[in-house]
Amino acid sequence: MNKSIEVEPMTRLEGHGKIAIFLDDKGNVADAFYQIVEFRGYETFVRGMPIEEVPRTVSTICGVCRAVHHTASTKASDGVYGVEPTETAKKIRELFLCAHQVEDHAAILYALGLPDFVVGPEADPAERNIVGVVKKVGAEVVKTILKKRFAAVKVLEMLGGKPIHPVAGLPGGWSKRITEEERKDIEELGKEMVELGKITLQVFEDVVLKNEKYLEMITSDQYRVVVNYMGTVKDGCINYYDGIQTVINTKGEVIDQFTADKYLDHVSERVVPWSYVKMTYLKKLGWKGFVEGEETSLYSVGPLARCNIAPPSTPLAKEAYDVMYDTLKEKPTHFILAYHWARAIELLNAAERIVELAQDKEITSPDVRAELGEVKGEGVGIIEAPRGTLIHHYKTDDKGIVTEANMIVATTHNHAPINLAIKKAAQHFIKNGVVDDKLLNYVEIAYRPYDICQACASHVLPGRDSLEVIIYDSDGEVVRVLRNF
Amino acid sequence: MKFAYLLAGGCGGCDMAIVDLSEKLVDALEHLEIVFWAPTVADVKYKDLEAMPDKSIDLGFVSGMVRNKENEHLVKVMREKCKILVAYGICAALGGIPGMANLHSKEELFENAYIKCPSADNPDKVLPSPESEVNGYKLTLPELLDFAKPVSAIVEVDYFVGGCPPHHDHVAKIVEAIVSGNLPPKGSWITDGKSVCDYCPRNPALKGKTRDFIKEVKRMHEGKVDEEECLLQQGYLCLGPVTQGDCGALCTKVGIRCAGCGGPIPPTTDFGLRAISAITSLFENEKVAKQALEKYPVFAKLIYRYCLPGSKLGEKADVLKKRAVVKEVL
Ligand code: SF4
Ligand code: SF4
Ligand code: SF4
Repeated sequence: MNKSIEVEPMTRLEGHGKIAIFLDDKGNVADAFYQIVEFRGYETFVRGMPIEEVPRTVSTICGVCRAVHHTASTKASDGVYGVEPTETAKKIRELFLCAHQVEDHAAILYALGLPDFVVGPEADPAERNIVGVVKKVGAEVVKTILKKRFAAVKVLEMLGGKPIHPVAGLPGGWSKRITEEERKDIEELGKEMVELGKITLQVFEDVVLKNEKYLEMITSDQYRVVVNYMGTVKDGCINYYDGIQTVINTKGEVIDQFTADKYLDHVSERVVPWSYVKMTYLKKLGWKGFVEGEETSLYSVGPLARCNIAPPSTPLAKEAYDVMYDTLKEKPTHFILAYHWARAIELLNAAERIVELAQDKEITSPDVRAELGEVKGEGVGIIEAPRGTLIHHYKTDDKGIVTEANMIVATTHNHAPINLAIKKAAQHFIKNGVVDDKLLNYVEIAYRPYDICQACASHVLPGRDSLEVIIYDSDGEVVRVLRNF
Repeated sequence: MKFAYLLAGGCGGCDMAIVDLSEKLVDALEHLEIVFWAPTVADVKYKDLEAMPDKSIDLGFVSGMVRNKENEHLVKVMREKCKILVAYGICAALGGIPGMANLHSKEELFENAYIKCPSADNPDKVLPSPESEVNGYKLTLPELLDFAKPVSAIVEVDYFVGGCPPHHDHVAKIVEAIVSGNLPPKGSWITDGKSVCDYCPRNPALKGKTRDFIKEVKRMHEGKVDEEECLLQQGYLCLGPVTQGDCGALCTKVGIRCAGCGGPIPPTTDFGLRAISAITSLFENEKVAKQALEKYPVFAKLIYRYCLPGSKLGEKADVLKKRAVVKEVL
């Protein structure tokens, strides 16, 4: 029996991902609920704060997503002061965010995504982690990877002040300019990150794509969730920092486009009593519940969503992108395990973009702060975080003191699709009252591609989340509890 | 050396600071045997930790504050099992940024998140609740504790570490100190005891200058920050003088005021009170003090941003009374 599966009496320990599965009277899955069980309340405690203090404060919503809340709220603060940041400031912010994409995608892939494949999805969970990866690919390769990932951390510290929970974003720009010396360093570090991107795609090709069994698993029906997708597009390509919010339907047709300030007309969040995190849907289509397929009003965000919408802007990443779609033979692709692949492609894309930006003459200009205008009192900032679209929205009084705040994080956009993914996996592995012992493994595999950042609502690390699956029979009695913690 | 790590009500940033040790982490692991870091790194279950003999783990780190029953329970288990328990990072040590929740009631937090939220579709004013029923299925959610607490409010803590998160260089020093047994007396902060100013390249003392009184208070977005001069001298309310400087003055190096994440410099225990007296003593006159309150109308969120639950105000058990006190004091 697999070690990760526990049948335990119900002791009420809380603070982890929780899945409730309900069986019908034949013992098949009737319904499944993925619940996020923690709550912080950032929208309230930034009230009364000056807007320029907000970015460094809301950054602590999540320490894994160490740069994203800072960047999105800094963009929102531009709006509050009715100011357009200088070109150099925009480039610095983009470079900064790209460094985070590299750092985070690397951490997530090596600690969380790849172990499933490198070590094998059915391997003992004790091996199915970073330690197992070290054994499989060798300590030297891992050290090289760690070192190259650290190149991104260096850039984050150089530009953001603190390597985690940065402080340099200000309305209208950035508090720090880049000197020529720093620019050269960043260019070199960027090149290391490009190497990291190439290595990562190579590892992916060697262990996943050359293994027919895995390819079959990636393209199997229980890991296919058909929904719409949202991402940010600029000049026809993916952009993490800026652009137009673009939504495609399940067939790949653009069905909605909007700019940050109009987000309330396009997305809405359904509140449910059984999770601390809300569920978004496309407002135009209306709330239709947890349905997939052409009819759905749900959408996903994140690496695969972005790839489904537009190609990366840089040459090496574009090559890898073409390979992915040629292999999967479906575009948009709804195979959720391809999220990991898309993540590797984006890592390379962000790294290439860092080198491009570091080679841009304008990046060292001292012109990093625009003159602030009158307080407009409202601003919305949207960026693409590693896990997907992130929205920060603030209202202030006439002095720029926050009166209202709203944040929609990637995990919220993905909450309902994850629910669908989990239900599908559960339906596949629970039949006529027989619960497959590997259920927990496969349920984990079904939700891990989204790299749920519970931290953005609660907390989680780049690793395996603590997860509890409770199965109820048709009388509402608990029949099994499975845990990985 | 047996090592256990618990992420309680934290953001994961403190944990990432350990990951950022990067190759140094590989070396550190030669000395540290991870017996519990569930479920992220080691595949050890909560009940395995519970089953370990008391005091069988040499060193335990807790990051994050205590926000729900599970946090509370596991912090207690960690205390039982670990010889040395470290409140690692400012959330664990004094409550951190999420500790500002203590200035608001649970009802207010929920109302803003689920009802007043402009993107919420919630005509029936539904709130997440401990028990609910959907299509006949009963679902449960854990309740929040009434307010956020630092680890030391639950169990005795041997060492405290400031920073949000601690910088990875500071983490490396801590690991070194622990491995070599070079630790201060129990109950101390693991710090070199210097202030952020001591590390700050803007420190007027470095140029042989003394501090002038502050004539005008500026918010961080106002004016043009001089690249060399002390931020406090320029009117930005930098908390460097009263903050532990183990970060090496990260913020002021990029021209942003220190907001105090390093925590109070021992023997000070109440960061906010110390900050208020230090700053106001530098104001030239009453008018400047008045200006400060105008520019930062909720002053508690300036001086207690990282340290409220661990402060004198935070210690008071009666939340409502405490809120009244906060309003009065500030
Ligand atoms: S101290 Fe800061 S980095 Fe550490 S858990 Fe708290 S908020 Fe996160
Ligand atoms: S007050 Fe701030 S800017 Fe001035 S020396 Fe101290 S830390 Fe540096
Ligand atoms: S300068 Fe202050 S706020 Fe910034 S990292 Fe150091 S202690 Fe924290």
